[in-house]
Amino acid sequence: MAKTDIIIHDEKDNVGVVVIEKITPNQDCSCWVMENDKTINIKSLNEIPLGHKIAMIDFKEGDTIIKYGHDIGKVVKSIKKGEHVHVHNVKTKKW
Amino acid sequence: MEIPKSFLGYKRENGRVGTRNHVVILPVDDISNACAEAVANNIKGTFAIPHAYGRLQFGADLELFFDTMIGTGKNPNVAACVVIGIEPKWTKRIVDAIATTGKPVEGFSIEGAGDIKTIMKASQKAQEFSQWASEKQREECPLSDLWISVKCGESDTTSGMAANPAVGNLMDKLEPLGVHLCFGETSELTGAEKVCATRGATPEASKKFMKTWSDYNDFILKEATNDLSESQPTAGNIAGGLTTIEEKAFGNFQKIGSRKFIDVLTPAEEPKKGPGLYFMDTSSAAGECLTLQAAAGFNIHLFPTGQGNIIGNAIEPVVKLTGNPSTAINMKEHIDLDVSKILKREMNMDQAGDELIKTTIRAANGRLTCAEVLGHKEFIMTKLFRSA
Repeated sequence: MAKTDIIIHDEKDNVGVVVIEKITPNQDCSCWVMENDKTINIKSLNEIPLGHKIAMIDFKEGDTIIKYGHDIGKVVKSIKKGEHVHVHNVKTKKW
Repeated sequence: MEIPKSFLGYKRENGRVGTRNHVVILPVDDISNACAEAVANNIKGTFAIPHAYGRLQFGADLELFFDTMIGTGKNPNVAACVVIGIEPKWTKRIVDAIATTGKPVEGFSIEGAGDIKTIMKASQKAQEFSQWASEKQREECPLSDLWISVKCGESDTTSGMAANPAVGNLMDKLEPLGVHLCFGETSELTGAEKVCATRGATPEASKKFMKTWSDYNDFILKEATNDLSESQPTAGNIAGGLTTIEEKAFGNFQKIGSRKFIDVLTPAEEPKKGPGLYFMDTSSAAGECLTLQAAAGFNIHLFPTGQGNIIGNAIEPVVKLTGNPSTAINMKEHIDLDVSKILKREMNMDQAGDELIKTTIRAANGRLTCAEVLGHKEFIMTKLFRSA
């Protein structure tokens, strides 16, 4: 089995989670989709630590982040595919 | 894996089973802590459960105080109990309610006697209880005598990927065997509340859940200075990669696997609808949540953590697991089960659930958990509003 760098929970998810100590810029990463057991690849743009998310697609302001197949928040600053997704570019829709 | 059919527990007078055999010195109020601690210091095989409240509480807040104190004494992990309070009336109310279980319990009040005489009399009774309890033996009990509560803490994204779904896998396997299960954390389901509501086993359970959550949310909107974004997610959550409360909620929610909850409990309320999964309205602060679950009669707790919460409980053994490989190494002494191999795909969820069942049964049989060995005995009262 190929080494997994990123885990994606659900087929519908547009972000993945780094499961190695960190990924570095321009790293070719192998992503495992838990739901359908598929493997896809992505090139990272930033350094992203363990447990943090990577954008699987390009996002513009106002887009919705999907994880576990569910809405987990809105994009407040555009994000490129391969970039770090966190509190600097995503906010809750609750408040 | 074939799931073991039984574990070794302490059979109590009322038919419940304990995973522990504690003799507890229970202070009714803040000013009785010193006396209770002196008794526990005199008499080996006992311990005190000091806390900060029990004076001038009223209304629903007072009722929750009594439910918490009484439920703690009634929990089957407690073999016998000495209750010490300043005044006889509230002391007696707690003693009488604990006595309905049939377990040895006796109360002492300090007013008119002073600490020293009370310590002497209570120590004599505590000695009797300690020696009596020390002769109790573990017996083979069906797995359905396990009442398992769950709550996660210092969560990060590994919690949602590994540790929480491992708990969910255990629930999926143990619920059909007649185990009682309980999850809580009303605030930390925010963002996933509508999805959680669909997991009620009946329309009534779903409706009760939505009402509980809405009441909580109204309270937050009324009391908060702006919103909960200062404390939810916590700094630890954010460091671990959790971005929003919705993400945290869906990760949290993995703990119940594919189960449906049969009822919604008020804080510290004992489940009465038989085996199955219950939701309890609790704070998401670990100390408060576990204290309420223990007071409802749960006898073993599973605590998944990401960044490394170190919580224990006064009477309920806390089994801690993590999916975070750094936490598993750096905070090894706190972790009963490491499921971080899930992230490397060297362990699947089925295997993780089986490992957790084995670890849980070993702890139920008497193996001390990390939190117990490290002396974590948190007992935190949930306060609904300020005292008079």
